[in-house]
Amino acid sequence: MDMQTSLLDRLLTAGHLIETGVDGLYGRSGAFEDVIARFEGLVDRYGGGENAEAIRFPPGMNRQYFEKSGYMKSFPQLAGTVHAFCGCDLDHMSLLKCMDEGEDWTGQQQATDIVLTPAACYPLYPTIAKRGPLPMAGGLYDLQSYCFRHEPSTDPARQQLFRMREYVRMGTEHDVTEFRQLWMDRGLAIMDEVGLDVEIDVANDPFFGRAGKLMANNQRDQNLKFELLIPVTSTVNKTACMSFNYHQDAFGTKWGLTLEDGSTAHTACVGFGLERIALALFAKHGLETAEWPQDVRKALWG
Amino acid sequence: MNSTIRELLAKHGGLPVAVETLKDDSDLYEAGLSSFASVQLMLAIEDRFDTEFPENLLNRKTFASIAAITSAVASLCPDQEDA
Repeated sequence: MDMQTSLLDRLLTAGHLIETGVDGLYGRSGAFEDVIARFEGLVDRYGGGENAEAIRFPPGMNRQYFEKSGYMKSFPQLAGTVHAFCGCDLDHMSLLKCMDEGEDWTGQQQATDIVLTPAACYPLYPTIAKRGPLPMAGGLYDLQSYCFRHEPSTDPARQQLFRMREYVRMGTEHDVTEFRQLWMDRGLAIMDEVGLDVEIDVANDPFFGRAGKLMANNQRDQNLKFELLIPVTSTVNKTACMSFNYHQDAFGTKWGLTLEDGSTAHTACVGFGLERIALALFAKHGLETAEWPQDVRKALWG
Repeated sequence: MNSTIRELLAKHGGLPVAVETLKDDSDLYEAGLSSFASVQLMLAIEDRFDTEFPENLLNRKTFASIAAITSAVASLCPDQEDA
């Protein structure tokens, strides 16, 4: 049986995911949300003692920041922009006429100042840069946001709107790379607590087009991205449930993030794909959380 | 070919140093060639030499020095030594 369809079917039947008529866009059950909340609680137990500054941005970001980020250079196929009706009475009439007649009514919609957030940390860099130089000890931030990626799929592990929990570190090269290693170790420990079999491997982002192949190979050659992989919908093509990214000084240079001594800050981020982790837990331990193994329940519910 | 590649590098490489100061075997990443600039350079080279880098050459090593780029392009365009 197709493992992918089967997990999606089982989740829909159990009511953990709720169909909307669009592939990759689902409602979630209370039980599903509880798993995510409890998992985030577990993450807090590992990362909570370090006084990370918690910031919650909405799932839309300033279009100017988005443009400057260079996202369209690398991932134009994934971006989602927010458009709105900005016309007059006459335009409104022709809009309604188009809708009535089943014609395309979206052509006249105009871009707003908002773009859907592609990764939880995107709005962070310009925000921190605006505050001025960081202390030599750098900064540590705790983020969570719904993110959008336009990649419709019937794989429940590839949703178009999903939540990403992140820790972001800014500072010296040494501090930032040490942070990334620390979270790779923590990622393994966290997944072990909840009974998931994982492996960490070097990875690349899905850069667009043939030129993107070069970007992807560059990223791999430099070990800039690692992913924590879990078998969710397939034992062959495992799902990346966490990623560990070292940006060198790329974001520091782009956004003017500096340390007190005037040097450019290095940055790294660690992301948890919360829906993917919940899916991995349901796939591994079953659809009834009450029946999950005792040690897993203890790790999540205490 | 070497001079054409130097010209394209000057135009698309976004280097903080003058291309004339670089030796053929200087490390371009050390000189400040970013990942994205290497993509722009790659596209400019393909356009100028009317060729396409195969996937096995789309890596960091291919664009690591002027000599490396020249040798990759020479292997793709054996008839354009003087271009």
